[in-house]
Amino acid sequence: MALRFEVLGRFNRARAAQLTLPHFVSQTPLFMPVGTQGTIKGLTTNQLEEIGCQIILGNTYHLELRPTSELIDELGGLHKFMNWPRALLTDSGGFQMVSLLHLADITEKGVTFQSPVDGKPMLLTPEESIQIQNRIGADIIMALDDVVRTTITGPRIEEAMYRTLRWIDRCIAAHKRPNEQNLFGIVQGGLDPVLRDICARGLVDRNLPGYAIGGLAGGEDKDSFWRVVAQCTAALPEDKPRYVMGVGYPLDIVVCSALGADMYDCVYPTRTARFGTALVPEGVLKLKHKAMADDARPIDPACTCMVCKNYSRAYIHCLVTKDAMGSQLLSYHNLFYMMKFPKGDVPEWVCNAMEVAGIDISSCCAPFSSTQD
Amino acid sequence: MKFAVRACSNGRSRVGVLQVGSCPNPIETPSLLLSTRKGLPVFISPDLLPSLPSPDSHLLQMSPLHLVLRKKYYMLQQFSWVLVSYFLCLEGPSSKTISIVGGLHQLLGLHEYGFAAVPRDSVFCLPECGGTNKIGASFETPCGRRLIKPIEYMEMISSMKPNLWATLADEVPSWVPEKRNKTSVDRTLRWLDECIALSPAGGAVFGSIVGGSNIVERQRSAQQVVSRNVSGYWIGGFGLGESMDERPALLNAVTDILPEEKPRLICGLGLPEEVLQAVAAGIDLFDSVYIYHLTLGGFALTFPLDRIERHSSNFQLSDIGSDYTKINLRATVFRKDTSPIVDNCSCYTCQNHTKAYINHLLNVHEMLAQILLEIHNTHHYLNFFRLIREAIKEGKFEQFRQKFIETRRHLAVAAVCA
Ligand SMILES: [Zn+2]
Ligand SMILES: [Zn+2]
Repeated sequence: MALRFEVLGRFNRARAAQLTLPHFVSQTPLFMPVGTQGTIKGLTTNQLEEIGCQIILGNTYHLELRPTSELIDELGGLHKFMNWPRALLTDSGGFQMVSLLHLADITEKGVTFQSPVDGKPMLLTPEESIQIQNRIGADIIMALDDVVRTTITGPRIEEAMYRTLRWIDRCIAAHKRPNEQNLFGIVQGGLDPVLRDICARGLVDRNLPGYAIGGLAGGEDKDSFWRVVAQCTAALPEDKPRYVMGVGYPLDIVVCSALGADMYDCVYPTRTARFGTALVPEGVLKLKHKAMADDARPIDPACTCMVCKNYSRAYIHCLVTKDAMGSQLLSYHNLFYMMKFPKGDVPEWVCNAMEVAGIDISSCCAPFSSTQD
Repeated sequence: MKFAVRACSNGRSRVGVLQVGSCPNPIETPSLLLSTRKGLPVFISPDLLPSLPSPDSHLLQMSPLHLVLRKKYYMLQQFSWVLVSYFLCLEGPSSKTISIVGGLHQLLGLHEYGFAAVPRDSVFCLPECGGTNKIGASFETPCGRRLIKPIEYMEMISSMKPNLWATLADEVPSWVPEKRNKTSVDRTLRWLDECIALSPAGGAVFGSIVGGSNIVERQRSAQQVVSRNVSGYWIGGFGLGESMDERPALLNAVTDILPEEKPRLICGLGLPEEVLQAVAAGIDLFDSVYIYHLTLGGFALTFPLDRIERHSSNFQLSDIGSDYTKINLRATVFRKDTSPIVDNCSCYTCQNHTKAYINHLLNVHEMLAQILLEIHNTHHYLNFFRLIREAIKEGKFEQFRQKFIETRRHLAVAAVCA
């Protein structure tokens, strides 16, 4: 185990903690921006530190394609390659394959897919996924799991859950750097509480450094979503970090944190920036909109980021979706917003409502989910 | 704006000091103006600007047309994401909004930078003499062809409040018939008078000089502009088809007429040899379109900056267009190269990143590649200008220039023989 997790404060099930990783001492709850190819689109590593990013996520599948894990390893690991002194997390690569490649197929051996380079069939096994991640060298690496969409029902969900449990042992056995890298297991089981329970127990038995809740953020309704998170966080140990994969809308983060989750990742803040959308306390602001052309106010008058201190909506409006600078400035603001958000910059009305509602936060979800996409 | 000449070398080349209201420190010339797109460098965000050499980097050039052009028609062309974006123009803020915000410095949050407004920028806003008529100047822009009248241009200047601005010019390429060239001189002069008549308080006026490839017309244009009440001169019509060999005579014909105590800004000359040629003729200020083209092509400047005294022997040959003053970081030889672009370079890029990383970013089309390249190239070229100034101050500009050109030639020959 190459991490330390100390809970510093609690509010009902929610907790604030210090997560000490080989490269950085981070504060949770935290949001991890996605730097797919060894960079967060349009931002320098200095800017990312300034914004307050603690852990960056790299995508194993993309990095293995280019520049390859062998090259990253030869040049001293991903931290050195991209000059990022703080913490890194890599995914297993499996999810990217299943979602990006049409011809991916999952068998007991691993994930078979057609190589995007030469079209030949390739196989990613749990052992290989871990080997690649060992070469990349992130602080946290993820077990290869059998991902199924939460909207699917039937025996496939059960099969995937049991396979995920079988694969975790292969991942543990293959992991060559347990003293420098932390292997997280992923709880699967779809929306079925019984399957989720079996999976969580199975993983907890393996005494891993941390646990992720997988298979969410795939189109399930919010009411099912929060119930799975609530169940899993309750089943996972108190003294280990809990990571809800693929979750990144501000309100979802608030809800999950209230339920005792600690870590999140999502491409949303940077992707939406490239399409000209800014995250603001009221929801989102579409800078492309005509009404912005002559609006002299900053994106968010209450925001203290470099962009809001200097630029009007009118100026950003004339940059967005046309100039590289538009996406640079909006990504900066959006990540700044996300970094501040889990650190207690939650709107007061949300806090008040949470307190009154105690654990029953489902009533907060419904009316606001529509403002988020 | 204040300007004074401090030193001269071998005849025309000179070192001057330019004091612009909003810049805290005076800027020495010959100097490079950072080219911008809508007022900001294309890839360097404002928080990264202070990492460039100061005060050298504090003069920005912008085309007022970038900000106020309105949608006319779409041209859908599938290029890279960089290029495609230029063809999709939505509405920019109106002159009125810019005026309400308080001008360029407020709009861009760059209070300690000087802005020079020039209609032509050689990349996104090119003179298009076929469409220019007596009413106004025509430009080829990302939003299509636009005709700008002097009164419209002056509206932009009044709302943007640049520190200095050039009058509207009718620039023609070197191959136009004599008659068209004469018309361009007459028209540019008439627009100069119109612009000055409409000009707002504040902001130094740079009178535009044209005349194409005709020495007599160049002289006539210069003489007429000199008789007007202007603070400096903008020399247009270069980089539009004339040959490198005919340039010195054309440049000298103009600068011989211009009073020594006023600054001279030129557009369209950017290669190191072109800059040296123009400095030799007494030009003070340059745009940095060259940097933009290098950056988009994946190139990084690498020529030695130690006064070209020693021939650097650690040049790396690569297959795509590297030529001993620059390297192409797309080349596979850099795949595992963990050294910075230039050893000892103090720019943000070289202090933090390797050639291998930039090679990877270019391979996967990540925007950070352009950001890092623009930072290094701008840094490197600003230092090239510093060397030019030092050479002039020491009275050795001509030697410096010869050595630079010879070194390049020598190395090029060595490359061919190797
Ligand atoms: Zn902001
Ligand atoms: Zn450098």
